[in-house]
Amino acid sequence: MLAIVDYGVGNFFSLQSCLKRINQEVVVTKDPEVLTAAERIILPGVGAFGDAAAKLRQGGLDKLLCRLAGEGKPLLGICLGMQLLFEKSYEYGEHEGLGLIKGKIVPVNQVVPDNIKVPHMGWNALHITRPHPLLQYVKEGDFVYFVHSYFGCECAHSTIATAEYGAELTAAVAEGNVMGCQFHPEKSGAVGARILQAFMEMKAGQAW
Amino acid sequence: MITKRIVPCLDVRDGLVVKGVNFVGLKDVGSPVELAKYYSEQGADELVFYDITASAEGRKIFTGILEETARQVFIPLMVGGGINSVADFDRVLKCGADKVSVNSGAIAHPELIGEAARIYGDQCVVLSVDVKRQGDKYCVCAKGGRENTGKDALEWIRWAVEHGAGEVVVNSMDTDGVKQGFDIELLAKVCAAVKVPVIASGGAGKIQDFIDLFQKIPDMDAGLAASIFHFGEVTIPELKRQMAAAGINVRI
Repeated sequence: MLAIVDYGVGNFFSLQSCLKRINQEVVVTKDPEVLTAAERIILPGVGAFGDAAAKLRQGGLDKLLCRLAGEGKPLLGICLGMQLLFEKSYEYGEHEGLGLIKGKIVPVNQVVPDNIKVPHMGWNALHITRPHPLLQYVKEGDFVYFVHSYFGCECAHSTIATAEYGAELTAAVAEGNVMGCQFHPEKSGAVGARILQAFMEMKAGQAW
Repeated sequence: MITKRIVPCLDVRDGLVVKGVNFVGLKDVGSPVELAKYYSEQGADELVFYDITASAEGRKIFTGILEETARQVFIPLMVGGGINSVADFDRVLKCGADKVSVNSGAIAHPELIGEAARIYGDQCVVLSVDVKRQGDKYCVCAKGGRENTGKDALEWIRWAVEHGAGEVVVNSMDTDGVKQGFDIELLAKVCAAVKVPVIASGGAGKIQDFIDLFQKIPDMDAGLAASIFHFGEVTIPELKRQMAAAGINVRI
């Protein structure tokens, strides 16, 4: 069973619908027992980093997710959920993340030229920088849907895909069983569904 | 680089798509759900659902239709029509909308833009504006274009973006329905005025109109149309093929 972490940030209608579409049993929960029993966990999220990180800590979900990730359970962060896996974010101040992925979250407009619009919103092509099971059903140049104003940097070792937007933006990361995508697979049509399908095929303890 | 978006728009009244649709192989041509699925498979980059229902009963049907669509279609969905309050945002976002466009509701209550942006983020709040040229000025029209407010369109758009609108749909009343191409002059002015994505609407009659739009205004992000897609005068795969051949970056 797959658990979507419910920590009061955003709504998961599209994500749930997409997972149901690929025939997955999904539970949306913040119950530590349910999360512990789940085979895989998705950490979603939209909104601001600081607020989301505080909400994760409030319920002790930060420590729980770190422990479960440490035990090898496949964990996928999506959009803000991916950013939360990083050590630090500089979105309106400085905030601590879960520290499961080395690197930090900084504004997109720090790296792209002035004439480029922020947020980075729309369909962009994936450039696969390192083969990884999460991207096994995806081809170089496949399009996925992005909406974000901040991105992960100083994470070259864990980057598995990037997208070109006046600069090379981190699109997906993986550190063993901990994975993240900056784009929205649940809004990325057939390509996105294939990425979620690949995640559903991962097992705790598999070789990465 | 990000691709230029092609966005079909579905006007929905009492749960049915308005303006006849004529597709081979589509079982229920009036069904927004079927049409949304069809466009998604054809390569639409985003869909706009516009609720033109007047009654509360029709509005309920609309949210039901939206929810059903969001269960089956996995591309971004923008919803507009009858959005007058944060409660309206909440109502459609819960049913699977990704972005919500405000038009007359924001003209009547401009503070709605900032309120919604604070709660849902700028990326979720789209300003939709019907513009009519009057002398050398562009005016904002309300109530589906029926009422000229006299408000300066470029000032209104700039104000809305400063207060939290993360994207703008510009519909030219002068070119809408005429099928002689988009209103390049107006749209270029809007693109120059704001740094958020802009969606062009009104006037598309053929494939070349989209090519002209993106070639003449390289900063334009998306082109929206309704009837030419519904009537099959332009198909999305052929449109994108020709755009790509013209050197425009599209998702194929």
